[in-house]
Amino acid sequence: MVREALVADLRAATAPDRVRDAPTELGLYRRDASSIENDAAVVVFPLTTSEVQACVRLAAKHGVPFVARGSGTGLAGGAVPPDDAVVIVLTKMNRVLSIDASNRRAWVEPGVLNLDLTREATAHGLHFAPDPSSQQSCSVGGNVANNSGGPHCLADGVTAAHIVALEVVLPDGTVVELGGDDPDPPGFDLRGAFVGSEGMLGIATRICVRLTQNPPGVRTMLLDFGSVDAGARTVGAIIAAGMVPAAMEMMDQLCLQAVEQFIHAGLPVDSAAALLVEVVGLPASLEQQVADVERIGRAHGARTIRVAADEAERMLLWKGRKNAFGAVARIKPNYYLHDTVVPRRALADVLAAVYEIVERHDLLVLNVFHAGDGNLHPLIVFDKSEPGVLDRVHAAGDEIVRVSVAAGGVLSGEHGIGREKRDLMPLMFTDDDLAMQAALRRAFDPDLRANPDKVLPSPATCAEVRRVGLPEGAWI
Amino acid sequence: MDLTRFAEEVGDETFGPVTIEGMATRGGGSLDVRTVRAPSGVSDVQADEMTVRCGAGTPVHELLEALAPHRQTVAIPATGTVGGALACADSDIRRLGYGPVRDTVLQVRAITAAGRIVKAGGPTVKNVSGFDVCRLLVGSRGTLALMADVILRTRPLPAHAQWFVTDEDPVNVLARLYRPSSVLWDGSTTYALLEGHADDVAQQGRGMRPSDAPQVPDGGMMSLPVQRCLDRTLLPSGRFLVEVGVGTVRCDHPIGARPMAPGVSALNERLKREFDPTGRLNP
Repeated sequence: MVREALVADLRAATAPDRVRDAPTELGLYRRDASSIENDAAVVVFPLTTSEVQACVRLAAKHGVPFVARGSGTGLAGGAVPPDDAVVIVLTKMNRVLSIDASNRRAWVEPGVLNLDLTREATAHGLHFAPDPSSQQSCSVGGNVANNSGGPHCLADGVTAAHIVALEVVLPDGTVVELGGDDPDPPGFDLRGAFVGSEGMLGIATRICVRLTQNPPGVRTMLLDFGSVDAGARTVGAIIAAGMVPAAMEMMDQLCLQAVEQFIHAGLPVDSAAALLVEVVGLPASLEQQVADVERIGRAHGARTIRVAADEAERMLLWKGRKNAFGAVARIKPNYYLHDTVVPRRALADVLAAVYEIVERHDLLVLNVFHAGDGNLHPLIVFDKSEPGVLDRVHAAGDEIVRVSVAAGGVLSGEHGIGREKRDLMPLMFTDDDLAMQAALRRAFDPDLRANPDKVLPSPATCAEVRRVGLPEGAWI
Repeated sequence: MDLTRFAEEVGDETFGPVTIEGMATRGGGSLDVRTVRAPSGVSDVQADEMTVRCGAGTPVHELLEALAPHRQTVAIPATGTVGGALACADSDIRRLGYGPVRDTVLQVRAITAAGRIVKAGGPTVKNVSGFDVCRLLVGSRGTLALMADVILRTRPLPAHAQWFVTDEDPVNVLARLYRPSSVLWDGSTTYALLEGHADDVAQQGRGMRPSDAPQVPDGGMMSLPVQRCLDRTLLPSGRFLVEVGVGTVRCDHPIGARPMAPGVSALNERLKREFDPTGRLNP
């Protein structure tokens, strides 16, 4: 058996107890936080770059693909094993290797959790800016693979803006450093090309991140509106006024109601929408931004404007935002989370279309999203025990993506393409565009061994991947 | 913007080698090779999206003039063309605060070696759909594809901006200030650019002397490991300005190219072969 020989080789290259092939254990690695799954052939937990290198070389020797995996919180099926794949789990490579506080850099291993990195940086008055809602459990390696975002990426940019250098094991087993400690290493920007490549160009084994100064002051505001449209227009007006708040998040009524039952923060549950706006900075700028947001909000019909009085109230408001997905379980037991971006000016129209689509499919939707950068996250809630409901959920989701792209938007703002949206790529890209992306991939991986069935649609790739029920737990 | 004509001009393999030139402020195209120019002009300022679309051949000053009425700007040095700055990955002196030039690019339309119009990235300020070919093209000096037009991220013009000078150690200045847009050091004097609310700028600038912007040497550039960029043994002779916290050193004479590590060099060669198999782009 090919697999038995592979397992034996992997055990020899790492350690017997760090290579797992029992059915129950393989079952744990069949999926990420998406609703897609496939069988893993073998799972290995390397501890070092050279062990990762050995795993990659053994996959090549045995003619099977490999997929790197962090915490498995991805929502697009990026870490779902391709057929016969070696699943290389990086969670045991989880050390913060060094922090250079004066130059605001840190070298970390890929399995370090996003929030753990920020916790370590706190002592130096610094943090890692990308803050996906899964930040308590997602890994920095996963952030690199997905070019992850989060509420505070509005002002500070997504992961790509915070990655300085990467040590990468290429699909042929070569170890290279992409990017570097210096700002402009010679040659093409391979670091930039690698970030967001969803595990298809190699495996990052050490990552140098840029750390961001903690702001000297923070103000968090909640504005509520009688219509989603008024809230959306406020977002556009704030940006057009020359402000880039640290975060600008919107929740619609159904979401406010679900969250309020969960956190009891006195949220405006009778309002159509609420905007959570956070501004940061030095004292004068802070006061100016608060005044500007209040003025613009009122001009656009804000009903109430609540400024968090203290850190406890601020944390409560953010708890509501970041735990919105736990709160929806009170409405229906299951949900499917979408992720598209539209131009800010199209927010209101696309949201109206989302409500119409979901209603037509006899489903319920909550919206809680990064309004500041037009990043929608329609959350369709349902009960999987209802016959035929999944077909309706998928059909509605597909329409939402199409409406977003048709409005001048894109397929994904932060979850990535993975398997979920692979076959929708032609909505955004021509054959020539896709050929260019494929050329980039071939340069890194001529044998197409790294996570081969993701991102790029191909008639030749029709692996039997089953779409099953739903995510056990998911975040945006 | 219709790119058909530009694509035809670039042509395919049968047209032989082709080079691209903007205003030649960064050295221009290859010598003795047929030269093309990318389309020029700002076609779409979207102030409330904070994006702008323009031809790669647009002079940067024209772009800045188009954005000024909206009180916005882009983080691109104000010389030459947009395409030239992107092709050379030439970041602004305010990189510490504004980020590198590659982070301003949202979408690129380019002409391939086969003369095809291709698009990388997307029009929105946030997008992770597919591989980030935009970043690969930025800094590729027209050797992978020729940039035709781009959508860029804009940023608000600061309410107030002021340079300061001080004799204080640049490391301390960097540590003390909250998000300065630039901290420069010429070997003896430290310069800091503070932007934001006038009261905050005045408060942060206490103990330093307000000054004009420093004269920036434009003869050459070095890229040093950020943690060693104040190490005098690594710094060039003559006049220089170190971008503290970044690692870029601007100096008054050209600096030779640095070698690449073998693995990285092999990847560069494979990319070039994949994108331009006959080596016709900007040879």
